[in-house]
Amino acid sequence: MDKFEQAFQNKLDNEEKIEPKDWMPEKYRKTLIRQISQHAHSEIVGMLPEGNWITRAPSMRRKIGLLAKVQDEAGHGLYLYSAAETLGIDRAELFDQLHSGIAKYSSIFNYPTISWSDIGAIGWLVDGAAIMNQVMLTRASYGPYARAMVRICKEESFHQRQGYEMMVSLANGTEEQKEMAQDSLNRWWWPSLMMFGPSNAESTHSAQSMAWKIKRKSNDDLRQQFVDVTVPQAEYLGLKIPDDKLKWNEERGHYDFGEINWDEFWEVVKGNGPCNKERLETRVKAHENGAWVREAAMAYSEKLNTAVNHK
Amino acid sequence: MEKKNWPLWEVFLRSRSGLHHVHAGSLHAADSEMALNNARDVYTRRNEGVSIWVIESKNIIANDPSESESFFEPASDKIYRHPTFYEMPNELKHI
Ligand SMILES: [Fe+2]
Ligand SMILES: [Fe+2]
Repeated sequence: MDKFEQAFQNKLDNEEKIEPKDWMPEKYRKTLIRQISQHAHSEIVGMLPEGNWITRAPSMRRKIGLLAKVQDEAGHGLYLYSAAETLGIDRAELFDQLHSGIAKYSSIFNYPTISWSDIGAIGWLVDGAAIMNQVMLTRASYGPYARAMVRICKEESFHQRQGYEMMVSLANGTEEQKEMAQDSLNRWWWPSLMMFGPSNAESTHSAQSMAWKIKRKSNDDLRQQFVDVTVPQAEYLGLKIPDDKLKWNEERGHYDFGEINWDEFWEVVKGNGPCNKERLETRVKAHENGAWVREAAMAYSEKLNTAVNHK
Repeated sequence: MEKKNWPLWEVFLRSRSGLHHVHAGSLHAADSEMALNNARDVYTRRNEGVSIWVIESKNIIANDPSESESFFEPASDKIYRHPTFYEMPNELKHI
């Protein structure tokens, strides 16, 4: 171990943050770029399934709440892209990786939002699962990533609450509304559990990420924590979680739950989920249609600068 | 296809009067006016600031962290710059 590597390791051991210009192993840098950009892409692509419902929100209260939430997600994308850029990759390249399919984003956003109650379920379950992961990441060893997570976590809690509030109204509404809520829970439960990633034994990057203190908890631990806090919330709603094996285990002090369909997970990761194609096409189109705006703004700014310099 | 990124800017916020501006994050913008407006829209959506500074990242000069030991060395052995260096009689108050 040379002296740079030793200094890096000492910082990790002492719970000190690694900052952008500090020496770091190339693999640490690459892992962070991969993870942070994947996270940023998820925030941006995640706006699509929800943005889809803004114009059809059933009341003003719901509409402003959803609009503010989706706006926040754009901000989250920005914080995370900025954090990734401190590692020496530029924004255009990050977009390229997303648009060409090299970079991934969270698989959950490849599922369709076919009814209004899906928006409630997403806020409650998807943001709920994301929060669990993000709270852990506020302690990540890379300073800019950890700081972005602190901002994000402050903003996230309203996302989950606006979703749960929707679920409460639907679950206490007409028979039909209650059925809608149950149907959304049925479709979003398992994909939400998959958000934590493959189980520890199958997860290729986990062990190294834990050693580098990027991740502080395993996928399975986070998933268990999510199940434990979410089951009582479903019970309060009077809805049934679609898992016959779900049962409180007195001895473990946790809920036992059924086997996740990992074949489905890997299929969606590979690009064969219900909406992969549509999501990516929408992003690419938005980026291409915005090109002239970006160019015009830059041309305008250059013109202003020349005018100033010639004075 | 366009190759150029909009320039990168650093954003500093004063959260309320009486406090220093503190670094809040960064963003891309074509010019300073856009940088200010975007900084407002992303970094102060919940009244996090009463004043914003933006500066193009390339204009910030920073010390090299790999040389920070020698860079900050002049201060490390000057314990006489701290009040605890000086011995005061025990019975004395308010000093
Ligand atoms: Fe988010
Ligand atoms: Fe969110």
